Amino acid sequence: MLDFVQQLVSGVALGCVYGLIALGFVLVYKATEVVNFAQGDLMMLGGFFAFTFIGMMGLNYWIGFAGAVAAMALFGMLAERVVVRPILGYPQFSIIMATIGLGYFLRSVSGMIWGTDDFKIDTPFSQGVLRIGSLVLADDKLSVIAATAILCTLLWLFFNKTTLGTAMRASSENMLAAYYMGIPVKRVVSIVWAISAAVATCAGVLLAPITFIHSNVGLVLGLKAFPAAVLGGFGSIPGAVVGGVLIGVIESMAGFYLAEGWKDVAPYIVLLAVLLLKPEGLFGLHVRKKV
Amino acid sequence: MRFLFKTDYEDDIRLFPHSGYFVSYGLLLAVLLIAPYVLSSYVMSQLVFVCIYATVGVALLILTGFTGQASLGHAAFLAIGAYTAAYLQKYGVPFPVYFLAAGLLTGLIGALVGFPALRLQGIYLVIATISFAFIVEEILARWESVTNGNEGMRIKAVSLFGVAVSRDSPTFYFLCLAVLVLTIVGTLNLLRSPTGRAFVAIRDSETAARSMGVNVALYKVKSFAISAAITGFAGVLFAHKLSFISPEMFTLQLSIEFIIVILIGGAFSLHGAVLGAIFIVMIDPFLTYLKDDMPGIIAGIAATFGAGTQAAANVQSKVATFASLNGLKGAIYGIIIVLFVLFEPLGLYGRWLKIKLFFQLFPLYKRATFKRQKIYVKSERNR
Repeated sequence: MLDFVQQLVSGVALGCVYGLIALGFVLVYKATEVVNFAQGDLMMLGGFFAFTFIGMMGLNYWIGFAGAVAAMALFGMLAERVVVRPILGYPQFSIIMATIGLGYFLRSVSGMIWGTDDFKIDTPFSQGVLRIGSLVLADDKLSVIAATAILCTLLWLFFNKTTLGTAMRASSENMLAAYYMGIPVKRVVSIVWAISAAVATCAGVLLAPITFIHSNVGLVLGLKAFPAAVLGGFGSIPGAVVGGVLIGVIESMAGFYLAEGWKDVAPYIVLLAVLLLKPEGLFGLHVRKKV
Repeated sequence: MRFLFKTDYEDDIRLFPHSGYFVSYGLLLAVLLIAPYVLSSYVMSQLVFVCIYATVGVALLILTGFTGQASLGHAAFLAIGAYTAAYLQKYGVPFPVYFLAAGLLTGLIGALVGFPALRLQGIYLVIATISFAFIVEEILARWESVTNGNEGMRIKAVSLFGVAVSRDSPTFYFLCLAVLVLTIVGTLNLLRSPTGRAFVAIRDSETAARSMGVNVALYKVKSFAISAAITGFAGVLFAHKLSFISPEMFTLQLSIEFIIVILIGGAFSLHGAVLGAIFIVMIDPFLTYLKDDMPGIIAGIAATFGAGTQAAANVQSKVATFASLNGLKGAIYGIIIVLFVLFEPLGLYGRWLKIKLFFQLFPLYKRATFKRQKIYVKSERNR
């Protein structure tokens, strides 16, 4: 029983990691209906920025963290301006390909700049552990869980309660109509890319003690976070976190109880099963087009 | 400029609309047939890869280009074809039999994948095919009694009519070429049949296709099965060309490469598959060439512009360091994809059409002819 609970808890922690990355996917999708395959690589780049500020320049952890988030927000805007804006309004497939290309580019360029080694950032959470009874939970994992909960709540409030959030939802439904209503669609899209790059950076920095930072981390985790976002229904913020947690728990349970090899495929099998029964994911909107 | 006067529906779907086609494709075929006796063995080997990639490209075009169903799982179909061939060959099954068997089995699995895909749209379909590819990759690595796990499998040379055909021989090249040509002709015939028109109708609007009486589910599954079967055939040739296969060859990376083939070639015409295949196969030798020769060339240029010997050598070493950077290939890949999506969405074949039209209409060519329409009202969520 204790094993089970321990696996459950570490699965939830792992799942929050996926959820945190999936939040970025969902954000961009929710506001612009663009699927950003480079999200994982934005996370990786954010981690490297933070490493540069904290590990190489020796800044305070929190200052470095904030600096990396700010720098990445600018970078997100830049990426949006250069890659995404010219093709807004074209079929989704071209935008997916463009972001795949962007991902390739970011991966190899950061490999060139920072090399191919694993990097680690010293954080205030690196050492401690939390004990509840005989349960053991490392502080760095707790920090991820807490950050996921906070960011998820903030983003949910942002989308549902603020004017800007409503504008974002409007422009995703119908860009032209939103533009006629006086919503500055271009600026909205730009802002959403900045936010999602910032969220990705938070994920990258918090993950640094757990997964380390290397130029492929974005691809590896991105490929897990992507099913998480789909599982939750691509346009739902709480869905992303729930999907992430589900994937994390399934993965850690499969790793513990099933034979070797199941760990990596189990999330995908579950994902396929869910998609079969509910093609829009767990929290997705199901709307049929009327002719 | 030639004007075709069409008087019949038959004129619209002819494989060769006018005699010029016989001349140009006949010439192309002649060149391809004498190629192995003229070109070096290295170039021939690249040409074989072009044939294989183009075959997969055509398969992917049927599914993505003409039926509008995105797939990032074609590496898995290729793997199934390759492994079927390798497994059956171990038991002494002759080449024609396992070639067909590989295609059939892959087609069957393609249809099975097609069923769940019926209800999925856009991004959900992409992730479902990625998941499928991951599961196949893991099965290949774990099912050791059949696939030999991560150790991989060796494949002996093709034996045609009792004669072993080495993977570098002209005969093997002709085999690959024949498969490619048959695939292309078969696909062209498919596309001008009711099935092909149903595919295109589904791509353009599923709702409209359904209201015109197209059985959307049936045709989607058909499209998946045909596309997978062709990829399975290509997989057999791929396995023979490499003579060794292991699970880590058939990763997501390969699936993305196939998508790049049709993206760069042009996803609206079969020409695109071939052009894209040439592009993607040639990019590696080209990068090697850049790495080896570019520093010297740039230093030469610097020297002609008055740089001293010392400065030229300096430039040469700088360029050499840059060219041998580790991730350069990935970066160039990324830039190429982005540039094509941004500036040449119709791909290489689209560029060729534009150039052709420019000369046909010489002083009257307008850029706007090929301008894409932006559709801002698009929410793909409600369709």
